[in-house]
Amino acid sequence: MKTTFSLLGGIAATLLTVAMLLTAGWVRPPIHGEQTGFRGTGQQQLISAQNLRILQAANALPEPIDKASSSGERATEAYKNVQVLTDLSTEEFNRVMIAITQWVSPDQGCAYCHNTENLADDGIYAKIVARRMLQMNRYINANYTSHVANTGVTCYTCHRGNPVPANIWFDNPGAPHAGGMSAHNYGFGHPSKSNGATGLPVDPFKPHLLGNDTIRVEGTQALPTVSGASIQQTEQSFSLMIHMSEALGVNCAYCHNTRNFGGWAESKPQRVVAWHGLAMLRDLNGNYLDPLKPVYPANRLGPLGDSPKANCATCHQGAPKPLLGQSMAKDFPELGGKPAP
Amino acid sequence: MAYYQNIFTQVQVRAASPDPGVPIPNQDRSAATFWHLAGRLGNAQIGPIYLGYLGLLSLVCGFTAFEIIGLNMWASVNWDPVQFVRQLPWLALEPPKPQYGLQILPPLSEGGWWLIAGFFLTASVLLWWLRMYRRARALGLGTHAAWAFLSAIWLYLVLGFIRPLLMGSWSEAVPFGIFPHLDWTAAFSIRYGNLFYNPFHMLSIAFLYGSALLFAMHGATILAVGRFGGEREIEQILDRGTASERAALFWRWTMGFNATMESIHRWAWWFAVLTPLTGGIGILLTGTVVDNWYLWGVVHGIAPEYPHVFPPVLDPALASGGTP
Repeated sequence: MKTTFSLLGGIAATLLTVAMLLTAGWVRPPIHGEQTGFRGTGQQQLISAQNLRILQAANALPEPIDKASSSGERATEAYKNVQVLTDLSTEEFNRVMIAITQWVSPDQGCAYCHNTENLADDGIYAKIVARRMLQMNRYINANYTSHVANTGVTCYTCHRGNPVPANIWFDNPGAPHAGGMSAHNYGFGHPSKSNGATGLPVDPFKPHLLGNDTIRVEGTQALPTVSGASIQQTEQSFSLMIHMSEALGVNCAYCHNTRNFGGWAESKPQRVVAWHGLAMLRDLNGNYLDPLKPVYPANRLGPLGDSPKANCATCHQGAPKPLLGQSMAKDFPELGGKPAP
Repeated sequence: MAYYQNIFTQVQVRAASPDPGVPIPNQDRSAATFWHLAGRLGNAQIGPIYLGYLGLLSLVCGFTAFEIIGLNMWASVNWDPVQFVRQLPWLALEPPKPQYGLQILPPLSEGGWWLIAGFFLTASVLLWWLRMYRRARALGLGTHAAWAFLSAIWLYLVLGFIRPLLMGSWSEAVPFGIFPHLDWTAAFSIRYGNLFYNPFHMLSIAFLYGSALLFAMHGATILAVGRFGGEREIEQILDRGTASERAALFWRWTMGFNATMESIHRWAWWFAVLTPLTGGIGILLTGTVVDNWYLWGVVHGIAPEYPHVFPPVLDPALASGGTP
């Protein structure tokens, strides 16, 4: 009897250990903790050498493209149907086209957007989208230095060699549900990539990154004066914060002093940058990405028929700064980037 | 050589027939038996069990709540048994949304089931409490166990019933579910400005950690004098021995003071009871009379100010009128 129990116990312990080793998302030590705030406030960022290597490999810059002269023949003179890049020289215009091919459709080539018989033809939907994306790119570099600073963005910030950026979001209908009288739980209680495998709402994006639902849920006064946010609203907001944390590969203390999440005076300057990022996403999703819906073919639309939209991960892709802060836009004044000083 | 131990007992002391317990008039006794596995962890005798109508009703109510919660969770994965098992720790039964306020029965799909499950679970817990109280009285015992249990019930009722009543909305209550109730806890602390600055939360933590410390000290003391028969209360009545004296002297030697054989149990009982009791008060005050515990802590001088190591950070919404 005693031997049997020991044997069973041993087998169970071994199986559990193996399961634990193989299933959890381990980070290989050593893990370095970098203090970023005043001592004792627990403000630190954790990074492991392994993760840093992975991050650096994933954020290597593509081959540079030779600079082009802004003088000489104008693109509008050489080409027909130029609607956005009207201020460029032919040389610059060609440089942008080469860049887009390298960054967005390296395998598919020019034909991903263009009718190769007639490059001016607008018959392929991808060309209409690309035109709008060029406008968006310039709009970001011109109007959102509060978020992208002078680092700026290029097509590569999101696309990274993919015709469709790897991190996009659609309206989320949630997993199949029995419906009827059964509790629908408002999207709570299902682990997903969007909520960081928590039980928080599975769609933090539509209410906050397309809609204007309030993100600020914490009481602003010591004593209650008005009825504030509900706990469910708080969890909705919480889910968005989890997304931000996952998308940037940072913990809460990257922006917040966690003893007082809502307070600005104790927050880090990064929180202001993040705030402008949220404003930017609402603007881009509302004015650039969502309205493209009629342009896309059905296979590019989400399960509820909406167009692909952006969240923090679209650019950041797991890094605190996209491409670890390396600026490509400074070499691309064609995209509204500001030249390096 | 086999010897008697307090856990994983190698020697099972069994009477020729199960012990029916002290004689009490008018009490039917169910059968009792021995079970080897139970004997390895404690007493090998199973039973006699007293169910009674309170116990039966409590079990029926508890099972009803369990079924409502479980079936709703299963429905939330479209009756897929594989997904039910995979997602079980995440699956939820959420309370109604804020717009339903304190409505007695909102639509079943929007919190109605949560209220029904909560009703049956509460009924089950209260019936079980009554049963504990009555069993203790029937045996001529004090009712300490029942009152200690009531302390836990107090915290449960504050979280799921009393505080939502005061806040005017069922949506303030805790969802059912393993991770969902933990996510709720984190969100609750964030919404109300960090529960760590709530003095009653502090007290509750102190009593919780204190309970663990007392439990460890008491357990260690009794095990340590086990070689003098310190844990054998029956034998000590006949032959007191020196176990208790040695235990008492040990603590006087090491910290100058010792609890007595009786008072250590009062220490333990009060620490355990005060943990959910103070915790419940802390929850009850949250949102009802204090909206942000951190800011409350600043007002009352319990939140120290740290030097600013960053350039001044201002709320950008104040500058540009934005909304995020």
